[in-house]
Parts: sequence; C-alpha cells; structure tokens
Amino acid sequence: MYVAVKGGERAIDNAHAWLGEERRGDHDVSELSVAQIREQLSLAVNRVMAEGSLYDPDLAALAIKQARGDMIEAIFLIRAYRTTLPRFAGSEPIATEKMACDRRISATFKDVPGGQILGPTFDYTHRLLDFKLAAEGGLSDAPEGDAQQGDVPHVLSFLDGEGLIQQEKQGANTPPDLTREPMELPANRPLRLQSLARGDEGFLLSLAYSTQRGYARNHAFVGELRIGDVPVEVEIPELGFAIEIGDITVTECETVNQFTGSKTESAQFTRGYGLVFGMSERKSISMALVDRALRWEELGEDNLGAAAQDEEFVLSHCDNIQATGFLEHIKLPHYVDFQSELELVRKLRRDTMAGADSTPAQEAAE
Amino acid sequence: MTDYNFAYLDEQTKRMIRRAILKGLAIPGYQVPFASREMPMPYGWGTGGVQVSAATLTPEDVFKVIDQGADDTTNAVSIRKFFQATAGVDTTEETDKATVIQTRHRIPEAALNEDQILVYQVPIPEPLRFLEPRETETRKMHSLEEYGLMHVKLYEDIARHGAIATAYAYPVKVEGRYVMDPSPIPKFDNPKMTMPAIQLFGAGREQRIYALPPYTEVVSLDFEDYPFEASKADHSCELCGADDSYLDEVIVDDQGGRIFVCSDTAYCTARQAAQQDTPTPQAQEAAV
Repeated sequence: MYVAVKGGERAIDNAHAWLGEERRGDHDVSELSVAQIREQLSLAVNRVMAEGSLYDPDLAALAIKQARGDMIEAIFLIRAYRTTLPRFAGSEPIATEKMACDRRISATFKDVPGGQILGPTFDYTHRLLDFKLAAEGGLSDAPEGDAQQGDVPHVLSFLDGEGLIQQEKQGANTPPDLTREPMELPANRPLRLQSLARGDEGFLLSLAYSTQRGYARNHAFVGELRIGDVPVEVEIPELGFAIEIGDITVTECETVNQFTGSKTESAQFTRGYGLVFGMSERKSISMALVDRALRWEELGEDNLGAAAQDEEFVLSHCDNIQATGFLEHIKLPHYVDFQSELELVRKLRRDTMAGADSTPAQEAAE
Repeated sequence: MTDYNFAYLDEQTKRMIRRAILKGLAIPGYQVPFASREMPMPYGWGTGGVQVSAATLTPEDVFKVIDQGADDTTNAVSIRKFFQATAGVDTTEETDKATVIQTRHRIPEAALNEDQILVYQVPIPEPLRFLEPRETETRKMHSLEEYGLMHVKLYEDIARHGAIATAYAYPVKVEGRYVMDPSPIPKFDNPKMTMPAIQLFGAGREQRIYALPPYTEVVSLDFEDYPFEASKADHSCELCGADDSYLDEVIVDDQGGRIFVCSDTAYCTARQAAQQDTPTPQAQEAAV
C-alpha cells in the first residue's frame, strides 16, 4: 500500500543541523572569528557591504562566516537584515573631493595636483603563489609617509574648466529610492546608478567588458579612480545644520569617454560614473562603463542594440539576489505543473499518432 | 522572535502593501507596482505571497500554507514556521478551518467561503511576458487592452498542435477587461477562480500585487470552436478514491509502475478519515 511522503519538517531540521556542522568543518582546525574575516578578508567584506547595500564591516564578516564563504548568500543575509532596520534620516551627499585618499590614480594625465597615489594595489604584483603565507605569513611592515593635507580636486574638473568635457546637470530633486519605491522604467540616471551600485560585480564586469569588445563601444579612459574615507553628514532637524556621524570607505571611478559629437551635442568628452562602498575597483570601473553605455539616448547616440545599452535588460537582471532566488527556485517542487505538462504532451502525442494512422484514409477520401 | 514586529514587516511597510492590495481589489486583474522588500527567504520562493500574507494576517487569523496542494512540502513547512515564529498565529491543515491560505501552484479542492482569503505566490505576474519581454511594452498593451498577441499565440498553438499547448498558468480574462496570469496553477483549477473568497496575488521579485474580489468573473481564454477544457489525469485517487480532484502521478517502482494520488493532501486526508468512520466503502458510495 502506498503511503504519501511525509516528514518535510524533520528533514528540514536535520538538513540545517548538517549545514551547521559543515560550516564548522574539521574541529581540529581552530574556528575562524568574525574579526579575522573582517581584517583579513576585507575585500570580500567590501563586496558584501556594496552589494548588500549596508555599510557594516562586522555584520558583513558575520554574513560571510554564516554563508560558508558563499558571497551571494552572504549578500542575501545582509539584504534581508537591512530591510528590518528603521530609517532615521537621509545623509547629505558625500563630498568625494574631501576624501582622505588611500589610492588615487589617473590614466589620462601623467601628473595631477594632489599626485598619483598607488596605495595598496594588486596591480603590479606578480601573480606567483606566495608559499610563505601558507607557512606563517608574519607581519609585513610598510614604510610610512605623511598623510595628505586638504582637499584633493577631481581630475575631471581640470577638463571641465576648458569646457572639453560634458557638464553634468545639477539635479534639484531628491533622487528616488530603489529600496522604498518599485522600480519604474524607463528609469532616470540616479535610479540607474543606485541599481548598478548594488548590482552583481560579475554581471557588470561582463557587460562593461562587452562594451570594450565592440558591443556599443565607447572607448573609456580612467580619468580618475580614488579610494579612501569620506565623512557622512546628516542634517538634524532640531539643530538646523548637518553633523558628521562617521566615515565610510568608498571607491569612486570617473571615466572619460571618446565622443565625436552627435546631431544634438558638439564634440567633447563624456563621462561615466561609478561609486561603490569599500575598496572595489573592478566594480566601480565596470559600473562607470555600463553607466556610460546606458547614456546613449541622453547624448543623442545611436541605439546599437547592444546589451549594455539596454536599460531594461541591465536593470532587470543586475541584482544577484533577485537572480539567484529565481534561478534556484526551480529546485522547489513543481510536480503539479509538471503533471499538467505530462498530460498535455501525452494528449498531443496521442493526437499525432491518431492523425498519422488516419492520414492515408483522409487522402483517399479527398 | 520578539525582536520583530507582528508578522515580521514593520507597520509602514504593511500599510504600503495594504494600499497596493486595496488598489488591486478596486481594479481586478490590474498589476499594481509595490515596493517589495527583501525577505529572509529567497526571491522566487514565495516572497510576494509572504509579504501579502504578512500585510493581511491579524492575530485572530488561522493560517494554512500549501505548496503543490500539500501542507507538508518543504517550502510550505518553511513558510508556515516563519509565520508561527513571527506572528504567533494558529495554523491548520484543514481548508475549512483556515481564514488565510497561502498557496503555490494550486487552489484547494474544497470550495472556499466569504470569510476566507487565498494568497497566491506568483513568479511572473505578466501573462504577456513570454510573448513580449519588455515591461514598458506590456504595460502599454494592458492599458490599450491590446491582447491580439495572446490570441495569435493560442491560435498558433491550435494550428501547430491541434490544441492550446498551455497546461498551467493558463491565461484568464478578468471582468472582460484585464488579461491576467492565474499563477502557475494547473488549468484544472481555473474554473474555481470565480469564488466567494478574496484572492490576492503577490509577486515579490517582480514587485507586483493583483487581486480578485469575491465573485469576480474570471474566464479562461479560448475560441468558440476550441473551448477551454479543465483537464486532469484520467484516473481516481489511489488513497481516497476521489475522481474529482487534481492528481499527482507517483512512480512506485523501477518498472515504471505508477499510481495517482490527490495533490490536495487536506482533501485526501479528510476523505480517507470519513471512509474509516463509515463501516464499508460500498455503504459510503451508496450514501453519496
């Protein structure tokens, strides 16, 4: 006698217990602390903060630990936590020219006021496995210098003075908030940039790469890439002025793009913009390239039918939490739908077979 | 879990969702955009339904969750536990005892009443999506009531296969106006959609809510010479003998042997219990 499957509840509990055990791994190996992840896997922490849209290195490190190092799962944990937080206020726009730069480079000028600062970069390392790290690692001492004083002007502002680069319009309105209002398409640029800022690094990287390879090519120079700390200020209604509530690390990328002019615009350089929480160069450069590609309409360029130019395509698919959820949901039971398909396919096959059998007779009748 | 508000979402968010629900009820079949929140379960796993349930539940409600018609499928268990923990509401597996029923892919076999709300989890709310991938276009098509593309698709099915080749998520027209996706329920369930209960549809990832007030006219699209047919497996349930319920096919051995059982577990269990109370099945058959 057939007995229907039961016990989903117990199976789930057992699966979760097993997951916990796997997360911990071999008990002879000491457990990873959240502080170790925060300090020693800081670029992973940065990615989780950026795509999780929540600036909190400790929580991001905890999420990475809980997710067993699965970045998208960690980002998901942070997003789900973020929704439960009350919103006290909106900050003033951050002033990146006031950034205390750890890194600041320009590919368009050999030297710029404020200087080029390489900072802690992988760029010129030889990618040779360092077996010393496998043994001990130890402390590495970097030489120290004096911190920069005063503001660091944006490299693109030098082109601005000559009128060689397109001016960004001042937006007077409060930008829409992607996390509080449903996405509306076509979207304006602030909404696009919000979406890209939390978009999947891999997705944006590939799209940006596709523009470099000729799908809506728009040759980009990194006008400036800067990483460092900026103060966050919030206006307190009772006080009537803004106070500083803390510092965040951000990566900002401004690209200078070739532009020969169009029907509506005279020849000048154009811009793409990327801004990401934490130290996230690859993501911020990708974001700037995709931002630039999406601006074709505003600049009077042709729609070449490239993926990176297609706002609805890019914005609907760049969120990895939406994508992974929907992709993985096909693991859920679908046997009701499948059953109905099964019936249909059987019926269609029956009809076809019957049709094949009766074909000669039909011909004869005609 | 006392750290969270009743039914997890904060009151502001619930108010926003309730507004979307009310708008949906006022314009049956119209997809209302809403600012869907990230939930602690993945998109695609019922976040839309969960948000609608969270905004609908009151402490006095009795909650039932089904997935594929069954109360004990893993995701149904998970969602039921979520609301037990965050809302502390009573739960049930019995359809007639529930005041709010969240469902994925089925409508219960037992008729629902005016005091009940059925909440659907919806993956792709746009019935025209697979004909036109762009939201900007499909919204225009709905506003202009431009549904020719859908009829052409159904016609092409008939021309190619001799039948409309849609077995689930079969499109419907609501009160002669909006073409609506009934969510991926088998087309067997479509005729039940004109019902006394309120039906709410939540699509979390796609940020849409739509609704059907009680007794709304819901018509499955078809042609006069190819009328809609609510089909099911041509068998009866191996466990309770029902021949009027939607059946799952279960493979029971490696020789391809198969049996058919009710997909609605509550319906099947109740029928089996009733049969045990009666002395012989024959006597019961006679009574019915």
